[in-house]
Amino acid sequence: MQIPCPICGARDLREFTPKGHASYLDRPAEDADAQAWNDYLHLRENPAGDTRELWYHGAGCGAWLVVERNTVTHAVKGATLAREMRDAG
Amino acid sequence: MRYSGWQVLAQGILGNRGWRPAWRDPAPKDAYDIVIIGGGGHGLATAFYLASEHGLTNIAVLEKGYLGGGNVGRNTTIVRANYGLPGNSEFYSHSLKLWEGMEQALNYNVMHSQRGIINLFHSDGQRDAYARRGNAMINQGDDAILLDREGCRKLLPYLDYEQTRFPIYGGLYHPRGGTARHDAVAWGYARAADQRGIDLIQNCEVTGIDIEGGVVKGVQTTRGAIRAKKVAIVVAGRSSQVAAMAGMRLPIESHVLQAFVTEGLKPCIDHVVTYGMGHFYISQSDKGGLVFGGDLDFYPSYAARGNLPMAEHVVEAGMTLMPMIGKARMLRSWGGIMDMSPDGSPIIDKTHIDGLYLNCGWCYGGFKAVPGSGHTFAHLIATDRPHEAAARYRLDRFATGRGLMDEEGTGSQHNLH
Repeated sequence: MQIPCPICGARDLREFTPKGHASYLDRPAEDADAQAWNDYLHLRENPAGDTRELWYHGAGCGAWLVVERNTVTHAVKGATLAREMRDAG
Repeated sequence: MRYSGWQVLAQGILGNRGWRPAWRDPAPKDAYDIVIIGGGGHGLATAFYLASEHGLTNIAVLEKGYLGGGNVGRNTTIVRANYGLPGNSEFYSHSLKLWEGMEQALNYNVMHSQRGIINLFHSDGQRDAYARRGNAMINQGDDAILLDREGCRKLLPYLDYEQTRFPIYGGLYHPRGGTARHDAVAWGYARAADQRGIDLIQNCEVTGIDIEGGVVKGVQTTRGAIRAKKVAIVVAGRSSQVAAMAGMRLPIESHVLQAFVTEGLKPCIDHVVTYGMGHFYISQSDKGGLVFGGDLDFYPSYAARGNLPMAEHVVEAGMTLMPMIGKARMLRSWGGIMDMSPDGSPIIDKTHIDGLYLNCGWCYGGFKAVPGSGHTFAHLIATDRPHEAAARYRLDRFATGRGLMDEEGTGSQHNLH
């Protein structure tokens, strides 16, 4: 599996650490209730098929990426900087 | 037909013409008292114990593929009760006792072999951790023996004790641990459940769960609608998808865990051995293959196969621990789909929907749990009260933070176990 880092180009899986579904970017407000935090921390989007995930390029540029990937075939379709994804809303 | 040595002799004399299929292939009826979604080890065990312990037989087990075609046929077959935390300790102790009577209860040879498990340690700190775990096991009523280096050498002469980076200090020996023939466990429970009148329905995928006014009414399947008073979800590997049919989101992520087997060899590894400084555990199957596995690949996956980095790590760890296996040729590798929960422990509980029960989150420890899971889940379904051995496997523990069972001490969060 290779991930196309927008900064470094296509790099081997070994350089990256997965974090989980990209819904981790939708952090609840600090004063959100316990239910919202439980949903955020524990209840996971867990699709069998296309997914969007946060990956950290620790052995490369150090950027957080949103990777589009398929969990059934392991095909990687693309990657965007998480910062750009977040700023774009 | 009751299986026995006498039957083998008698059938042999008669040309083996008397054997019959081990279970029926019934069409689904319109309605059952209980529908169990998932014909794997846990689902079949649940069906068996509902019949044998609670006298309930108007039950269907629905399996989208073939019986035992999921994780019960894709694991490294290890059976043990060496957990350290309340909740897991009593559950796996209960499960191991059921293993010890399983072949008689099912009249089926599952080749359960209590050959012993040795968890190696490689530092003073790790010795302390394993001594503590061994004491927890003894407190639970199970067996544990702390071996020093020479004690290990007597049992496991083939390990590399002088490795410069991680020398072997000793091991925690769990003599009642061992292995079993994994497919046979599914087949044994299937046959015994079928004999008690339970319908095992294969190639029957559930496509919807019918709920009216917060009460479960039945399921929609590829073989038609089936009404049911109670529905049990026990589909580890696909829990998120099936629970979504009931409008639920689960605290589950699906990950891949790889395993490997070599060509068949003469007997050389008598126990289950785990390496303390890399992810590697190994045993030898009765067919002769060395069966070994490692850690998760750590990205969500339903592919039932993994990638090269973890395969390399596992093989490197194996070569470090027992260089002799470098001469064996690898035959196959595969992956199982692990229902990973935030704290690394399972869930056996009711849901907020009346009559809908949930059994999931077995992480990478589901095989040894098969009898305990089936037994306690059957108790929950039949009586609406949790069995005391599984009372802590609550679905709400992540929301409340009470009663988490984080054996690794890494935190109750996904992607840490």
